Amino acid sequence: MQVVWLRSSLALRDLQAFIQHTVVYCKMDPKLQKTKNSSSNSANSPDSTHSLFPFPDEVLERVLSFLHSHKDRSSVSLVCKDWYDAERWTRTKLFIGNCYSVSPEIVARRFPRIKSVTLKGKPRFSDFNLVPQHWGADVHSWLVVFAKVYPFLEELRLKRMTLNDESLKFLATSFPGFKALSLLSCEGFSTDGLKAIATHCKNLTELDIQENGMDDLGGGWLSCFSENCSSLEVLNFASLNSEVSFDALEKLVRRCKSLRILKVNKSITLDQLQQLLVLAPQLIELGTGSFQQELTPLQYEGLGIAFSNCKNLQTLSGFWEDTSLHLPVLYSACPSLTFLNLSYATLRSGELAKIVAHSPNIRRLWVLDTVGDKGLEAVGSSCPFLEELRVFPADPFEQDLHHGVTEAGFLAVSRGCRKLHYVLYFCRQMTNAAVATIVQNCPDFTHFRLCIMNPGERDYLTNEPMDEAFGAVVKTCTNLRRLALSGLLTDLTFEYIGKYAKNLEALSVAFAGSSDRGMQCVLQGCPKLRKLEIRDCPFGNAALLSGIEKYETMRSLWMSACNVTMSACKLLAKEMPRLNVEVMRDEGSDESQADKVYIYRTVAGSRRDAPPFVVTL
Amino acid sequence: MSFPEEHDYIGLTDSSSMENPSSSSIVSTESEKNSVLNLKETELRLGLPGSDFHEKKAGTGVSLFGKDLKDEVNNGFSQILLKNFVSGAKRVFSDAIDESGKWGFPLKGGSEVDMENCGSENTNTLQCSLAGPSGKEIGNSNPAKLVEDKKNENNSTAPASKAQLLGWPPIQSFRKNTLATTNLSKNNDDVEGKSGLGCLYVKVSMDGAPYLRKINLKTYCSYAELSSFLGKMFSCFTIGQYASHGLPGQEHLRENCLKNLLHGSEYVLTYEDKDGDWMLVGDVPWEMFTDSCKRLRIMKGSDATGLAPRAMQKCRNQS
Repeated sequence: MQVVWLRSSLALRDLQAFIQHTVVYCKMDPKLQKTKNSSSNSANSPDSTHSLFPFPDEVLERVLSFLHSHKDRSSVSLVCKDWYDAERWTRTKLFIGNCYSVSPEIVARRFPRIKSVTLKGKPRFSDFNLVPQHWGADVHSWLVVFAKVYPFLEELRLKRMTLNDESLKFLATSFPGFKALSLLSCEGFSTDGLKAIATHCKNLTELDIQENGMDDLGGGWLSCFSENCSSLEVLNFASLNSEVSFDALEKLVRRCKSLRILKVNKSITLDQLQQLLVLAPQLIELGTGSFQQELTPLQYEGLGIAFSNCKNLQTLSGFWEDTSLHLPVLYSACPSLTFLNLSYATLRSGELAKIVAHSPNIRRLWVLDTVGDKGLEAVGSSCPFLEELRVFPADPFEQDLHHGVTEAGFLAVSRGCRKLHYVLYFCRQMTNAAVATIVQNCPDFTHFRLCIMNPGERDYLTNEPMDEAFGAVVKTCTNLRRLALSGLLTDLTFEYIGKYAKNLEALSVAFAGSSDRGMQCVLQGCPKLRKLEIRDCPFGNAALLSGIEKYETMRSLWMSACNVTMSACKLLAKEMPRLNVEVMRDEGSDESQADKVYIYRTVAGSRRDAPPFVVTL
Repeated sequence: MSFPEEHDYIGLTDSSSMENPSSSSIVSTESEKNSVLNLKETELRLGLPGSDFHEKKAGTGVSLFGKDLKDEVNNGFSQILLKNFVSGAKRVFSDAIDESGKWGFPLKGGSEVDMENCGSENTNTLQCSLAGPSGKEIGNSNPAKLVEDKKNENNSTAPASKAQLLGWPPIQSFRKNTLATTNLSKNNDDVEGKSGLGCLYVKVSMDGAPYLRKINLKTYCSYAELSSFLGKMFSCFTIGQYASHGLPGQEHLRENCLKNLLHGSEYVLTYEDKDGDWMLVGDVPWEMFTDSCKRLRIMKGSDATGLAPRAMQKCRNQS
């Protein structure tokens, strides 16, 4: 038997390489697929009897404890039983991309030592009101199991889950060591639930409440933090509107010396912000409150000084309401910024130009389209290191072409920011030629999300469909992982995608395509596809069934307002028992139509909590 | 380009159900649905090359666009229209591509004549197509009004405006609501005359046009820009004179502009000021105009003749 001793100072990268080599080797050898008694405890396990596993379980577990990525861990667990066991005993962070793909009980059985859980629930299109209310994704059943099995749970991160105040109270009182709560796009709770968290979680380090469908009943929750609480590192209540007690906030900030992320809401005025900055110059991320306030010259100066004293500031966000009056106070903080989120500030081109002129190190920039093409030109010339750009529409339902950004702005950014790899761009006009040029300038796109806001919009110069634009994107950007389509698109776009987008993992399609062939091309051509969401496209049963083998390799498929019928869905459900095929019908629609279809792989069987309008086939 | 007659709603519906064998069952349900939803028999169909979709989803406008469709016929109508817009769009793309490139987005339909000439091919706004057909028979879907309703509704965390396509553009509710509130408060401020940056939306009506538009006066710096833009927006009606005669930097319209305007075109641009009086555009400096303008009206020259000579007199005096 070989024994290999590993130094604990082994670099992580070397470790991963070592493990990966061993994984490959072991996978190749069928002799190693022995089953073994899986109840071994790491501390007392005997040496492994596999001749090719040169180290005892405890060493293996130590080695594996360096692995954090859940994808790596999945790979490790597939090697053999020993590795599966070692992995499950050492996993402390749980990531569940679809809460219905597995059940809390299954999770509890497999992983005994979880400290951090990330759970995602509803399909992404629920963000745009395409999923009816009371669809599900309630976290409570998870919490109940966690309370039994993981009493030392420290972190919970939820996205698109439903939870009510009772659940929050349960969470706050069931886990004495609870530290971090992050809620993004969740719904069903109110500030009363936050009160419970603030009151009971004595060791809270993180409270991150973002963009939820919650009831804001008042700012009293902030005052519930005990005076002994000094452990906060992250506090984000930017999306809550109610006024909080500034006195309570000020005291909290004063005693939490490790606070590094503070995002306040719009009830906090500028001079209050200044006071907070003076107390917390160590902040790395700041979300401002309202920038609208008359300041005396002295106050203005004080604010400028406070900003300049924040030497570690990397992220700025907030800027609710009209802000242009006081933007210059930020200039001293701008040089160190890497992420500037101005997506709620209705800035004009000149105002943005001035800010970005002071922010040459920006990597990520979010703006509103009020900055116009001119503003984006300024970005192109001032921000050579820009990697991510998101341009949101200030007035998405305004059809007036005079507003917003066009292909010119995007082009300008692509010329100046060659490292751009993530873009989300809302515009009202685009051309194929512009997109082709853009991806030539920036061939490293990993995320390309273009939203031409009028559905079915053509290239406004040539009047052609936008096929060639997205064709250029997939041909040129070989690392493309996420793509969102818009404009008038025929099946040709999907042929291109199937042919070239070999690294594509997520595709979002709306009002596009001419026939089943489109969807078929994608299902057959994109080996890494994990998430496919489609709405209002002429894809029917043939398209749906062409992916019958594929859906188990994906996280989920969403199809709404397409041409799919119940019979095809039933067939799919029958052929693929490990998929949940869920159909939601719109009121009054034909019995045979499957208006909304949500298909996902699962080891947990059909949902037990499905509401009446969700039919699992 | 004339509206292709063979693409009337019923015609296309039949052909589409023939082309798509799997939807053959739909044709029979269509007549049933017809009685259920009278809206289907309306102008909706004009210019909305239908598809098998519409038949399948005759009743689906109800839930797709929110709970209160039945209560709000206007909005509901618009929603159905939009739903057809959506469904019509699906089938029609391939048709559109086979057509000459000029057709643009097929939904332009009945009001196509107007729409085609409104600026570029692709200003085929949802609101335009909304109002086009509906304006003729239903006569009360006013897109500008719908936009206003949306703005008023969105003070609370209301779901997306019912007058728009559900869930489109794909923007998170939180962001939509926040921005809507910001815009709303801005518009209110501006209309009341407080200084504000960004937005000063005023309605623009044109005599004879079935629907109004809304524009943001703050995006323009001069009469020349305004007239040029209005010209594009309503270019089927000739008011291009502003664009051709407005000189950069000038705040007043010169006398010859007005003369040409009146002689060369049948339309005159007027505005309602804070006092509720209707004034000829161009008399006062631009800033004063934007501060006092509450709405714009493109009036038939014949109605405005009483006004013009005095304005020209003023111009003569001022220049």
